[in-house]
Amino acid sequence: MNQWLPLLVLASSLLPGLIIFALPEHKHRLRTILNLTGALLKLALVLGILWGVFNQQQYEVRLALLPELDMVFRVGPLALFFIILSSGLWLVTTIYAIGYLEGSPNRSRFFGFFSLCVTSTVGLAMAGNLFTFLLFYEMLTLTTYPLVVHRGTAEARRAGRTYLYYTVSGGALLLAGTVWLYSLTGTLEFVPQGFVSGLDASHHQALVVIFVLLIGGLGVKAALVPLHGWLPKAMVAPAPVSALLHAVAVVKAGAFGIVRVVYEVYGVEFSSSLGVAYPLAIVAAITIIYGSMRAMFQDNLKRRLAYSTVSQVSYIALGVAIVGPIATIGGLVHLVHQGVMKITLFFCAGILDETLGIHKVSEMKGVGRRMPWTMGAFTIAAFGMIGLPPFAGFVSKWYLSLGALEAEQDWVILLLVASSLLNAIYFLPILHAAWFREADGPWPHERELGRYETALALLLPPLVTAALTVLIGLFAAAPLTPLEWAKLISIREFGRP
Amino acid sequence: MVREAMLQYADIALILVPLAGALLSFVLPRAVSLIGIASAVGITFCALGLTETLLTNGVRQHLVGGWGAPLGIELRADGLSTLMLLMTAVVGLGISLYARVWFRSEANKAIWFWPLWLLLWTALNALFLAADLFNLYVTLELLGLSATGLTALAGSAAALGGAMRYLLVSLFGSLLYLLGIALIYHQCGNVDIALVAECLSPTSPSWAALALIVSGLVLKTALFPFHFWLPPAHASAPAPVSALLSALVIKATFYLLLRLWLDLFSPLAPQLDSLLGLLGAAAVLWGSLLALRQVRLKLLIAYSTVAQIGYLFIAFPLASVGMSAWNGALYLALSHALAKASMFMAAGNLMRHAGHDRIRELDLVAQRLPLSVTAFALAGMSIMGLPPSGGFVAKWWLLESALQQGMWSLAIVLVVGGILAAAYVFRVVGFAFTESPVTHEACPIPRAMEWIALVLALGSLLLGVFVQPPLEVLAVGTPLAGGN
Repeated sequence: MNQWLPLLVLASSLLPGLIIFALPEHKHRLRTILNLTGALLKLALVLGILWGVFNQQQYEVRLALLPELDMVFRVGPLALFFIILSSGLWLVTTIYAIGYLEGSPNRSRFFGFFSLCVTSTVGLAMAGNLFTFLLFYEMLTLTTYPLVVHRGTAEARRAGRTYLYYTVSGGALLLAGTVWLYSLTGTLEFVPQGFVSGLDASHHQALVVIFVLLIGGLGVKAALVPLHGWLPKAMVAPAPVSALLHAVAVVKAGAFGIVRVVYEVYGVEFSSSLGVAYPLAIVAAITIIYGSMRAMFQDNLKRRLAYSTVSQVSYIALGVAIVGPIATIGGLVHLVHQGVMKITLFFCAGILDETLGIHKVSEMKGVGRRMPWTMGAFTIAAFGMIGLPPFAGFVSKWYLSLGALEAEQDWVILLLVASSLLNAIYFLPILHAAWFREADGPWPHERELGRYETALALLLPPLVTAALTVLIGLFAAAPLTPLEWAKLISIREFGRP
Repeated sequence: MVREAMLQYADIALILVPLAGALLSFVLPRAVSLIGIASAVGITFCALGLTETLLTNGVRQHLVGGWGAPLGIELRADGLSTLMLLMTAVVGLGISLYARVWFRSEANKAIWFWPLWLLLWTALNALFLAADLFNLYVTLELLGLSATGLTALAGSAAALGGAMRYLLVSLFGSLLYLLGIALIYHQCGNVDIALVAECLSPTSPSWAALALIVSGLVLKTALFPFHFWLPPAHASAPAPVSALLSALVIKATFYLLLRLWLDLFSPLAPQLDSLLGLLGAAAVLWGSLLALRQVRLKLLIAYSTVAQIGYLFIAFPLASVGMSAWNGALYLALSHALAKASMFMAAGNLMRHAGHDRIRELDLVAQRLPLSVTAFALAGMSIMGLPPSGGFVAKWWLLESALQQGMWSLAIVLVVGGILAAAYVFRVVGFAFTESPVTHEACPIPRAMEWIALVLALGSLLLGVFVQPPLEVLAVGTPLAGGN
């Protein structure tokens, strides 16, 4: 049974996706049933595995692919962390997307690729070696492209082309690094403390280059500066896609890959002694500041959120690169926290667009009165992003700061303070305008959607994720919260005290 | 009993079935497509039978009529040739099924297509099975002539021009090859590959023969800078013909070159492999760049073939260590055969639907034929070398051996080639997502033509998932093992 569960987790979105492709456009009820069944089933399977992993069960599947190189799925604590995030948020996003795309064309194509995208994400989360990771990483590129260009406008296609240039080149770097590594070590299996430290010292120079190749390839998706150019452009995609890209799938895949490479390919002590961890921390720091600076000057709401993602996702890389157990926990826990908060923000941005036709920050005056629930959720998530207690973002920043102190890298504290300040500078004016200003005139393009302030399928998802933002922040120390699970990963998977 | 006999004579049947089919279809023009399909199915069964005997009994040698070398015709099937035969059978079956639908509206062309195609198939199978240099020459000529006839089939000015160029190149290439054989015969008094291998020595006549044969075959394989004839010929032919030219015919001359290289030449000229690798690398870059610049879809695909041929030759300098480079090249040949046939079919569907194949105006068509565009995109995955696909596995092996030997420049070419391929594939696929209104009145496309393209594309992806079976076949008695 333990063998089959990882494969079932993959199949629970792969099969519905393939069936949906074949469905005619008008069968929207069947499509909805398939989507929701798949999402619920996946969540149930994942929760089952969660219980097993908590009780020290092993989940591993090996499928022979190349001679001496298997396709391996292994669900350990770290993999599970990412899978829970993606399958949980997938369910919410599916509901949102069904509401969002109601009545628009090409929905079969959309939901087909939507499911394949999540399949790839879950596959790369469960990958037990770098080879399997690479396979799903590339698949993720191919399955998200159709979602980015879904609208089919000239702008969307340009954004799609930019997206491809970046991600295909990134994939090529990752491929080169992986093959090179394999030709040196003969294995690609993820293990605690990494598998390259045993290599002869004469290879160390090559290992540094390989590290740059791998992080370069992953950094494209994780939007590390200067590889971030695609992300702000890709926000032309429909809101559920942006939500998925920024919170669950693409950006997170890159960040997750960086965690894997630093911890389970190179090993954190070895990457520190090789001298590659510190530069990574610097790049992450630059990204954090640069992303926030750019976000301040964006009037387009989704672009502002996109630059905010550029900045926030690098907390994960920063936490990993600081090389200390507590900072690691901070980075890891941000993987989930940022996802929950950012998906809320994008949901709300999508609602504003759909209901009132609002795209720009300058159009948001007085919107709090028109849509109190939506803006309430938005406010909670924005506070979380700034890092106010008791919301989720505070926990991440707290652990990052503690970790920096422990690792005697005090500059990180300054960085975090500056970043919080910048976050406040670009989020608070939005909140101020929404709650305390009067609307200038009629909304740009208002539509009546349902009995509430907007359609229920659109409104519920951000309320759920906003509630989560509060709960995982308030009860961070309760069992099975992201924070506790990150500690568990640190002990079990990375073999730390 | 029947089964045993079939297994016993599978190799001869592989030549006789298409030959009989070709002759019959000359005589019975009314039943051409029926005869064609029947032969294709028959060949596929024979190829499967041959594979089965190969896997149980090892390498097969067959002296036709009991006459051995140096006088008689000798057939030899090892893992390498069987794999090529299988590839030809599978892709050939797909092409036959596609052609049956394609030529339904052009009956006057069908009566020429089928006999020529079956003759070409005979030549291909005989080439993969022949064990002596002279018979190889005969098959090579037959291949070239029937391919030229097929190229001219469209009848347009462009097609006739392309066919003419193709004919001249093909004849010239065969001539070089024949001259080389004459030199070898003069030196060794024999044309059996195994016997010749013992007699060649590092002397100038051997080198001259080597130079002649290799350049003849390189010319026919359209390796850069001898690719000039390929795009016009492949792009102007009818879709099924383009598919078989790009997917199969090119592979036959590559196979021949590889076979002679492994058995005869590699000890003679250790430096030549770097030259071939260099040309291969140039082909990858040049072909991809030109593919990016094409205005017409079929020319884009044809230049993509030029680039993919380059990958096959990159394996030569890499093969000195281990066998992963040869595995990579052959795997690329297999997956390219499936993928490129699928691409040309998809392009044929789009072209017939729209009446043109200008890439910029494809947005009106692409949305109407989602299956064809899907086939094109999936085949494109293999061409780009993205997983899961045969192209990815092939590129993994090539890259692995390049990095193992520290051949950085070749490794970079392999990586960059993939990125360029993605650029030209998505130039086309992007049109599937445009929002332009569909106002276009167009010729309806039978679903079968779309499905065949899709199935072949899926085949190229499956090669990326089931890697062991083709490797097992390849491993039987081939000279690839151990490197030369």
